[in-house]
Amino acid sequence: MPIEIRNLNYTYGAGTCFEAHALQNISFTIPDGQFLGIIGHTGSGKSTLIQHLNGLVKPSSGDILYNGVSIYSENFSMRELRQNVGLVFQYPEHQLFEESVLKDVCFGPKNQGLSPAECEERAREALLLSGVPQEFYDSSPFELSGGQKRRVAIAGVIAMHPKVLILDEPTAGLDPSGRDEILGQIRDLHQKTGMAVVLVSHSMEDVAEYVERIVVLSDGVLFCEGTPREVFRRYRELENLGLAAPQVTYIMHALRDRGLPVDPDITTMEEATDEICRVMGVEDAS
Amino acid sequence: MLRDITLGQYYPAAGLLHRLDPRVKIVCTLIYLVSLFLFNNIICYAAATAFLIAVILLSRVPIHFMVKGMKAIVVLLLITVVFNLFLTQGTPLVHFWKLTITEQGLRTAAFMAIRLMYLIIGASVMTLTTTPNALTDGLEELLKPLSKIKVPVHEIAMMMSIALRFIPILMEETDKIMKAQMARGADLESGNIFQRARAMVPILVPLFISAFRRANDLAMAMEARCYHGGDGRTKMKPLSYRCADYTAYAVTAAYLAAVITIGNTVHFHLWIF
Repeated sequence: MPIEIRNLNYTYGAGTCFEAHALQNISFTIPDGQFLGIIGHTGSGKSTLIQHLNGLVKPSSGDILYNGVSIYSENFSMRELRQNVGLVFQYPEHQLFEESVLKDVCFGPKNQGLSPAECEERAREALLLSGVPQEFYDSSPFELSGGQKRRVAIAGVIAMHPKVLILDEPTAGLDPSGRDEILGQIRDLHQKTGMAVVLVSHSMEDVAEYVERIVVLSDGVLFCEGTPREVFRRYRELENLGLAAPQVTYIMHALRDRGLPVDPDITTMEEATDEICRVMGVEDAS
Repeated sequence: MLRDITLGQYYPAAGLLHRLDPRVKIVCTLIYLVSLFLFNNIICYAAATAFLIAVILLSRVPIHFMVKGMKAIVVLLLITVVFNLFLTQGTPLVHFWKLTITEQGLRTAAFMAIRLMYLIIGASVMTLTTTPNALTDGLEELLKPLSKIKVPVHEIAMMMSIALRFIPILMEETDKIMKAQMARGADLESGNIFQRARAMVPILVPLFISAFRRANDLAMAMEARCYHGGDGRTKMKPLSYRCADYTAYAVTAAYLAAVITIGNTVHFHLWIF
C-alpha cells in the first residue's frame, strides 16, 4: 500500500497577517516496506507533512494517494486510512490516559471494533514488540519512567497493526541508551513485520544508521532525496540548511585529506571500521 | 480547528490604537460599553455606530476579524431577539397563531441586538489591539489604589497574565492530543451526547495532566528567578501617558457628553411605522 504525495501545499492562517507557507509543492512516494527517514531543521515542516499522511490535516492544495486512491476523494474511509497508517506523535507519552498500561494500549484496537479478547492479545503482542517489561502491564502509565512511557505510547499505535508506521522524533529527550534501544526495536519491528516505517528525526547519526532512503526538507520545500550515501555526499549543502552529515562522514573526509585512500561517502560506524581495516590491510579488529 | 477562536486574541498591526496606553484603552472601552446602556433613541445609536466605525478604522484590524468573533454569540443574540420580539407588551403590530409582535417589542429587540453586537465588537477592538501583557499591566496600574485596602492587586494581575498566556498553549496542546487520539482511531464527532462526553475522556485526562505539569514547571522557573510577589518589583517598560493618550481620553469624554446630552434633550422617535 504505497503512499504517494503529489504537489502538496499547506499554508497556515491564509488571508491573515499570520500567513505562513509550511509546505510548498512537496512530491515523493513511500513504497511498501521501506524504512524512510525525513530530516530537516526545526520548523522545516516535517511534523506538518506527516500529519497529512493519515488525513489529520487537510492540505491547501495537492493530493495524497493511498494505494492509488486519493484520500480526499468522497467515499474514502479516513477510519480505514488511520488504521493502516499509524502515527506516533512527538512526545507520545503525553497522550496516555488510561488507568493501566494494558488498557491504554487496547484503546486503538478497541476503536477498530475488535473484541476485548482480541484487543488484549494485540496489546500484549505490541507491548512485547516495543520492549515493555511484563511486570508493568497492570501499573498506571503515569508511574513509569519517561522511556517506558514512550514505549507504551508507541505500543499503542503498533497494536493497531498499521501497514505504515510513522514516528515523529521518537527519541527526543531520551538518553543515548534509551535512544538506541527504541530505534533498535523499531528496526526489528520493520524486519519482522515488513511494515513501512517513516522516521522523522534531526539526528543525522540515527537516520544514517537505520533508514534506507532519506527525504530532506528545508523551509517547507523538498530539498533532495536518496539513499543516505547520496544525501550525505552533499554535506556542504546540508550545512547551509542548518543540517550536517554524520560525524563519521567528516572523519572519513579528514582521513582522505591526510592521504588515506578511504571512501569518503561512508555514513555509519560499522562501514567506517570495515573501510579503514580494508585500506590499512588489517583483519577486522573486532 | 481551534485556531479560529478570535475573541480575546491579539492582532499585530501598525494602527494608532496599538500604540495607545493600555490604561486608556481599558477606561475608554468601559466608558463606551456603559454608554451603550444610557440611551434609547436613534440619534445616539448613530453616534455610537460612528464612534465604533471610526475606532475600527483607526485600529487597522481587518473587519472580518472582528465579525468572526461574533460567531461565538450568535445563539445568545438570537435568543435575546426572539424573547424581546414576542414577550414585550405594547401596541400590537402583527398577529399570528398565539404570538404577537408589538411595536415596542420590535424596538427593544432591535436595540438589544445592536447593543449586544456593539458590546462584543467594542471589547474585541480592545483585545485585538492590546497584547495580553499590556492589558494586565494596564489593569494592575488602574487597580493599584485598591492595594491600600489590602487587595492583592499584583497577584491578581500576575494570575490573569499567566491565565491569558496559557490559553494558546493549552489550545495547541488540546489540538495535538485530539490529533494523537484520532490517529489511534478515536471518534469525536459521532454518537449521542453521552457517547461524545465519554469520547472526551482520552483528551481531558492528558490535558489536565499537562496543565498541571506546565503550572509546576512555571512555578519552578519563577522561583528560580527569585520571584517573590509585587513588593519592590520594578518594570522594564513603565506605563506613561503621552499626548495621543490624553487626546483619546478627551475624544471619549466628548462622545460620552454628547450621547448623554442628546439622550436627555431630544425626545423624538424617527420611526417609519
